[in-house]
Amino acid sequence: MKEITRRQALSIGGSILAAAAIGVRPVFAANDSQDIIDKFTSGKTAKEGRITLELPQIAENGNTVPISFSIESPMTKADYVKRVVLVADANPRGGVATFNFTPASGVAEASTRMRLAQTQNVIAVAEMSDGSFYMAKRQVKVTIGGCGG
Amino acid sequence: MASVKPRVKVPASAKKGEVIEIKTLISHKMETGQRKDKKTGKPIPRRIINKFVATFNGETVFSMDLEPAVSANPYIKFNMRAEKSGEFEFTWVDDNGSSYKAKKKLAVN
Repeated sequence: MKEITRRQALSIGGSILAAAAIGVRPVFAANDSQDIIDKFTSGKTAKEGRITLELPQIAENGNTVPISFSIESPMTKADYVKRVVLVADANPRGGVATFNFTPASGVAEASTRMRLAQTQNVIAVAEMSDGSFYMAKRQVKVTIGGCGG
Repeated sequence: MASVKPRVKVPASAKKGEVIEIKTLISHKMETGQRKDKKTGKPIPRRIINKFVATFNGETVFSMDLEPAVSANPYIKFNMRAEKSGEFEFTWVDDNGSSYKAKKKLAVN
C-alpha cells in the first residue's frame, strides 16, 4: 500500500504543470537534471560506457542510498577523468554532486550517499581530459522516499 | 546543530605508487531548503555542506561540489596515488560561510 503524500501530489502536479508550460521533454523531465547534463557537456553527446555505476536496485530508505562509481581510465597526466556529475531525474531538483578528479587521484572512483525522493533514474556523466563524455544510467526503486518533511 | 565534527580515515603509510583509499564523514544535517517547519508552516532555510576539498602537500587531489540531494552526515570515499610522504588537508564548506578542517599525515616508503 502506498499513499501519495501531499508533498508528492504537489510535486507531481508541479512537474506536470512545468512540463506543460515549457512544452519540451515531457517524457522524463521531472526536474532540471537534463539541463544540468546539457550544461556539463556543453551540449555534446555523452557516449554510453566506461562508467560502472553501483546502486542498490531497491532502496528501502530513500534518505540514504549508497552510490559508487568507477570509470575506466589510466589516470595519467595525458589521459584522465576530469569531472563526474551525478543527477537524479525525479528528485525535487536534479543535481546531486560533482566530483573533480586529478591525475593524482590514481583511479577515477568515488562513493557517497544520496537522497532519492521516489523511484527514478540516477545518471552519471564523466568528462575526460580529451574533452569526450561518457554516461551511465541506473534505475533505483525507492520504497520510502527521502527529502520528505 | 550543536557541533559539526569531521572524521577521516587514511592509512598511516603506503608503498610508493600505491593507490590508497580515503574515507571521510562529517556530522551535518544537510538541510535541503525543501522542508517546512511542521509547527509554523514556514520553510526551513537551506543549510548544507556545499563543497569538499582534499589537498596533499598543498595541491588539490580531489574535490566535490555537493547539492541538497547528498544525505545527512555526508560520507565521501575517494582515492589517491601515494608518491611521497606528506600531509592531507581536508576542508568542508558550509552554506553559512564557516568551514571545517581535518589533517592527516601519510608516510610513503
